Amino acid sequence: MQRSPFSLVVVGCSRGGLAASRRLLEALRRRDHLTMVIVQHRGPEPSPLVSALASASPFPVSEAEDKEPLLPRRVYVAPPGYHLLIEDGHFELSTEAPIDYSRPSIDVTFASAARAFTRGVVGVVMTGGNSDGAKGAAEIVRRGGKLVVQDPSAAEAPDMPRATLEAGLDPAVAPLEELGAVVRRLALQMNEPAGAQR
Amino acid sequence: MARWSAEQGPRTEGPAAVGLPAGSPLNGGREDELDQRWAKSELDRAETSAELEDIEIAALLEAIYRFYGADFRSYARGSLRRRLRRRAELEGITTISGLQERLLHDRACMERLLADLSINVTSMFRDPAFYRAFREKVLPHLATYPFIRIWNPGCSTGEETYSLAMLLSEAGLYERTRIYATDINAGVLAVASRAVFPLEKMREYTENYLAAGGDRAFSEYYVSGYDGARFDPRLARNIVFARHNLASDSSFNEFHAVVCRNVMIYFDVHLQRQVHELFYSSLPRLGVLALGGKESLAFSGREEDYETVDGAERIYRKR
Repeated sequence: MQRSPFSLVVVGCSRGGLAASRRLLEALRRRDHLTMVIVQHRGPEPSPLVSALASASPFPVSEAEDKEPLLPRRVYVAPPGYHLLIEDGHFELSTEAPIDYSRPSIDVTFASAARAFTRGVVGVVMTGGNSDGAKGAAEIVRRGGKLVVQDPSAAEAPDMPRATLEAGLDPAVAPLEELGAVVRRLALQMNEPAGAQR
Repeated sequence: MARWSAEQGPRTEGPAAVGLPAGSPLNGGREDELDQRWAKSELDRAETSAELEDIEIAALLEAIYRFYGADFRSYARGSLRRRLRRRAELEGITTISGLQERLLHDRACMERLLADLSINVTSMFRDPAFYRAFREKVLPHLATYPFIRIWNPGCSTGEETYSLAMLLSEAGLYERTRIYATDINAGVLAVASRAVFPLEKMREYTENYLAAGGDRAFSEYYVSGYDGARFDPRLARNIVFARHNLASDSSFNEFHAVVCRNVMIYFDVHLQRQVHELFYSSLPRLGVLALGGKESLAFSGREEDYETVDGAERIYRKR
């Protein structure tokens, strides 16, 4: 198996997601060879999400732009009002209809990440008030990626992590305090030299 | 960056693995290749089916280009794949090659696909800050022309076009403006020219309109009818709805502004570049180019030929 250029951590969250994403970012270290894409449901109005995440992140944080190449050691946030797809090594935006009232849809980004980065993906489903992410998580697992779910019993909004747990995908489950460390370990494992894993 | 994927390309275990000389007619050779395509782990099957789907999509696009002349070969693959899958599902078909057969033999199916590929779900005054910037930074410049021509390519069902018409009308410029609203698909143009929009959208549009700095009552622009909110026919008076294909047609006029927001996101970088050339050649000096909020000139090959009017709202002016 070839190694991925870097591990891709794709994160889905909704209500309560800002605080949870910050906790996740705080667990990362500057030299970690991974990139994170955060899909958080939010309204179309301008929000300080990027700057709120940047203060917790060791990597530069920005909203993904159309056709922008994914680089290692970055954090990209899905812009509101678009679906965010990953195709080969770059982003694509789409204004197709919202899915279950959500645009960005976590399922859309997860499924496209799974197709583009196959075994190099760690999907993370965190706090949120609906069931977006469960279908995309299944795609990640089907394509050989790893899945981590926030323990719903301690999540601000348990519906989203619970829906993914109910999909029967056998993910790692961790409370928010430990989530970042689990995600980081799985992501960095993927980047160890060939033969050191599997 | 190339898509890295596991174990593609020729596989080494072949006839020799079962003790026969390579290419043995008894073994058939070909059969082994076929086996290798499918008799694998679930993970490999996922890999194979993704690879196969790419081949099917390329074949489908080539076929509808050759037969219908509709060229989607340079469309961005992620969104295109989603729409093709969705169309297949709605037709009750499980594979992209199955969809290809129907598209080629059933014209109505092809029309449904064309509609799928040109409908983009937008709203009036989407991104109010853009319209505010356009009002404050672009309209004063446009006002210096005796007659104003604006091109709104990829207008889909017209929400953006009518928003522009309202903006111009409130600035007292609409009477001497012509907006050319174009799309590849006649169906969406017919919807756009009816100027009837769903009533349930009016609350959102009103909020957007006010956030964009609109100073009237938005409800003055429409009357509620049995079929939806019918917009004032005067708004459509100076709009020309016409078919135009950004991928294959040339420019048809010189425009003082080209407003093309969230249309080129459906194109790959090569087609984007080609369309940027088209816009560049359609603008006079100081002509305005307005893009969507997450689009930029970065891959246009024309970065140096525009100056920025409003960076955050992606409004540029030809040097």
